[in-house]
Amino acid sequence: MSRDSQRDDPYDVAVIGAGVVGCAIARELARCEVSAVVLERSGDVGNGTSKANTAILHTGFDCVPGSLESSLVSRGYHLLGAYAEATGIAIERTGGILVAWDEEQQAALASLREKAEKNGYNETQILSATEVRDREPNLGEGVRGGLAVPGESIICPWSTVLAYALEAATAGVTFLFNTEVTAVARDGELHVLTTNQGEVRSRWLINAAGLFSSDVDGLCDHDDFKVTPRRGELVVFDKLARDLITSIILPVPTQRTKGVLVAPTVYGNVLLGPTADDVDDPFATATTEEGIARLFAAGAKVVPRLIDEEVTAMYAGLRAATQFQDYQIRAHAGEAYVCVGGIRSTGLTASMAIAEHVAGLLRAEGLERTVRTPAPAIPDMAALGEQQLRRYLDEAAIDRDPEYGQIICHCERVTRGEIRDACAGALGARDLGALRRRTRAMNGRCQGFYCGAQVVALLSELSGRSPAALTGLGS
Amino acid sequence: MTRENRIDCDVLVVGGGPAGLSAARELRARGVARVLVVERETQAGGVPRHCHHTGFGLRDLHRAFTGPRYADELVGRAIDSGVQILTGTTITSLEKDGEARATNASGLHVVNSRAVLLASGARERPRSARLVAGDRPPGVFTTGQLQQWVYVHALPVGSCALVVGAEHVSFSAMLTLRHAHVKTLALVTDLEAQQSVAPFALAARRFFGVPVWTRTRLVAINGRERVREVVLEDVTTGIRRVEPVDVVVFTGDWIPENELARRAGVDIDPGTLGPASDIGGRTNVVSIYATGNLLHPVETADVATLRSREVARVLANDLEVGLPSSTVKPITVEVEPPLSWVWPNRFDPSSPARRVALRTKTFSQSRLLVARQEGREFSRVRLGRVVPNRSLGVDGAFLAAAQPDRGPVWLSLG
Repeated sequence: MSRDSQRDDPYDVAVIGAGVVGCAIARELARCEVSAVVLERSGDVGNGTSKANTAILHTGFDCVPGSLESSLVSRGYHLLGAYAEATGIAIERTGGILVAWDEEQQAALASLREKAEKNGYNETQILSATEVRDREPNLGEGVRGGLAVPGESIICPWSTVLAYALEAATAGVTFLFNTEVTAVARDGELHVLTTNQGEVRSRWLINAAGLFSSDVDGLCDHDDFKVTPRRGELVVFDKLARDLITSIILPVPTQRTKGVLVAPTVYGNVLLGPTADDVDDPFATATTEEGIARLFAAGAKVVPRLIDEEVTAMYAGLRAATQFQDYQIRAHAGEAYVCVGGIRSTGLTASMAIAEHVAGLLRAEGLERTVRTPAPAIPDMAALGEQQLRRYLDEAAIDRDPEYGQIICHCERVTRGEIRDACAGALGARDLGALRRRTRAMNGRCQGFYCGAQVVALLSELSGRSPAALTGLGS
Repeated sequence: MTRENRIDCDVLVVGGGPAGLSAARELRARGVARVLVVERETQAGGVPRHCHHTGFGLRDLHRAFTGPRYADELVGRAIDSGVQILTGTTITSLEKDGEARATNASGLHVVNSRAVLLASGARERPRSARLVAGDRPPGVFTTGQLQQWVYVHALPVGSCALVVGAEHVSFSAMLTLRHAHVKTLALVTDLEAQQSVAPFALAARRFFGVPVWTRTRLVAINGRERVREVVLEDVTTGIRRVEPVDVVVFTGDWIPENELARRAGVDIDPGTLGPASDIGGRTNVVSIYATGNLLHPVETADVATLRSREVARVLANDLEVGLPSSTVKPITVEVEPPLSWVWPNRFDPSSPARRVALRTKTFSQSRLLVARQEGREFSRVRLGRVVPNRSLGVDGAFLAAAQPDRGPVWLSLG
C-alpha cells in the first residue's frame, strides 16, 4: 500500500470508484481545499462501465422529462462540451438523426420532438424521407422520415475520465488502485473503510461504485436500489467505413424495441450497437455470437455497406441499470454518506453536472469548502481525434521531439513519443488496456499484427512491469 | 507547414518488403534513375525478417535462406543497384496525382514522383475481424504478431496453444510455438481437410504429436485476465466442447494492406480486396501501380518477388514510352463461388497474363475452369488440384479469346 493511504489523518472525503462519475466528483472536490481519496478496485481510471459505451455526448432530448437525469444530462452536456474544448478531449459536433423505418416509428417522431422540448431542447427538426437521404445517402432502403437532433455529439470517453482524474491528482487528490472496499464502519465522526490494501478513514463517503454501487450501499446499511448489469455489445468498424455516415444514426425507440445506433467515433471509426441484455454477473463483458449476429442484421438494414467493412473491435459494456428509471443519487442526512447510483448510459454526458450536484449535497451536509487558489491546472490531453492535429502530423512537435515522428502503431498512427507520454506520471498506463485507452495503440485494423510485440516490449520498459505480468502470465 | 521537406524521385515504392525491394532493383536495372523505397519499420526486409525458418529464396535467388538472411540479401541487392531506402518513414497520404506525404523522426515530407508503386503487403485478419465472440484477454495472436513476439522480442507466449487454420502458415505458427516451448493442442479448420501439403501435416502429427481437427470451428474465447479456454464446435453435428488453452493463434485469412490505395481512389477488387489491376500492376489511377501481396493475399516471398519483377518491367517500360492513358479500358475478370478471387483481375486481351492466379473458398472435385462473357462460354482450361487457401495457377492464354466489347469475363468451376 502506498504511503499516502497509510496516513494517520483522515481524509475529508473518500470516493469509491474511479469511473467517469467518481473522477468527475474528485475533480469537483479538488477545486476546493478538501483532502480527498479515490478508491478503485481495478488498476486504472475509467476501467468499468466508463470504458465501454457509445461515446456520445447527449443533448438529453429523450430523457424522462422532469427527472433528475434530464436536468443533469442537459447541464452536463454544456459543461463537458466546454471542458472538452478547454482540455483538448476529442469532440465532434456531428449531430444525430433518429431514422424512422416504419409507420409506427414515423408516428412517434412528433411526440419525441415534444419530449425534447419538455427536456429543454428546442433544436429538433422533423425530416422527410428525402431530407434524411440527402443527409445520409448510404442508409438502407425503407427510410420513412427522421428527426434531426443537431446537438448530439461524439466524444472521447477515455480522455474524459483521464482528464478529470489528472486535474484532481494534480490538485492533490489521492488515487488508490487495486483497492477494493470490503467493509464500511463508523468510528465516531469517521467512516472506516476496510480494503484489501488496508484501512482508509474519511469524514464523508461517496459511493460512485457503478456496477457495484448497490453492494457498497449495502455495506453502508442501505438497500435503496439493486443494480442489474445491462450488457451492451458493440462492434467497431475500420476507419475506411467512416465516410459512410455523416452523423449519429439513431433508432426511434418504440414499445417493442430500442433498436441500435450507427455512430461515427472521434477516432474516425464507425460504431454499431448496443444490444441490451440483463445479466447477473458484473464481470460479464464477453460478446456473444447471438448478440453480434443481431447487430449485424440490424446494421445491414441501416447502412448496408457498413458490414462489408473490416471489424476492428467487438466489446461489451455493462450499464448499471436499476429497477428505477432515474438516477439514484441520495445524501443520507447525518451519515455523511452520498450514494451516486443507477447512473446508466448517460453518465458520461452528465458526469460534470452529477459532480456539481453531489458537491451541493455535501455542502448541505456541512462540508466546509474554501475555493482553492490558484485553481487546479487544466490538463492538456493527447490529441486522439482524427479532426485534431495528431502528433504524427504536428511538425512543431516532431521538431521539438523526434519521437513524435516515430510511428509505432501503424494502423492508428501512434508515435513512440505518445506511448512514452502515456506511461509517465502518477496516472500513467500500467497495463495494455490502459495504454490502449490513452493512445489507441493496437486498437486499429491489425490489432497488433504489426506492432503488438513492440508495444508490449516498450510498455514493459517504460512501466517496469514484466511482459509476463502485462500479458496475464503472472510476474 | 512551409518548412516541409520535398523529395523528388522517378518512382516512389511504398513498402520495403520482398516485393518492393525486388521491384525497386528491377526498376534500376531497367534504367529508372531515382527509385526511392519508403519503409515504415526501422528496418527494410518485410515479413521474412520475423520468419526464422529456412526455405526463403528458392525460386528467385535459387538457394535456401532463413527469413532474416533472405531479407538482408534483398536489402543488400537493392542498395547495390542504386535504390535509395528510407526506413522509419510512413507514407501518411497519397493523392491521385501521385503526391505523397510522409512522416519520420526528422519531420514531415512531401514526396513527388512520376509514379508510385504500392507494395504494402498483407496482414492476417485478427480475432475481431473474424467475429469470434467471448472475452478479450491477452494471449490472442496472429502468426505475424507471434513471430515478432518470439523471434524479435523474446517475450513469453504461454504454455498451450490452439492454432486457428490449417494451411501453410498455420504449420509455420506451430513451429514458432514449438521454438517458444509452447505446446500446440491442435490446428483447427472448419474445412474437411488441412490445406497445406501432406508432409507438413504428417510431420506435425508424427514428430510433434499435433493433430489437425477438421470440420471444427472456434466459437468463443473465455478468460478475463488471460485466455483460459476455447469453445469449439463440430460443424457437422453442431456439438460444442471446451478445451483449456492459454494461447490462441489466428493464422492465414489474409487481407491486403489496402488503406493508402483506397484513400487515393484506387479501385479495389471485391475478391482480392487488393487494387484491381492488370499484369503490370496498373490500377485505374494512372500514376499508381501495385505489386506483391497487396495485389492479392498471399504468395510466398519468392513468388511475390518474381511477380513483382514483372510489374517493375511493365512500369519501367511505361515510364519510358509514357504512362498509359486512363481512357484505355481493360477487361474486368470476376469469379463465381467457390472461386474467391482471380488476379490479374483487369487485362488487355492483346497481351494477356502469362499466368493467372486463383483461389477457392472450399475444396472442389471439379478441375475445369470455365470462362464466360455475356453468359456465353468462350474458353475452358484444366486446373491442378483445387485446395482452398493455396495458390492455384493457370496459363493465361485461355483469356486471349475474350472480346473487349462484351463486358466482364466471369470465371467459374465447371
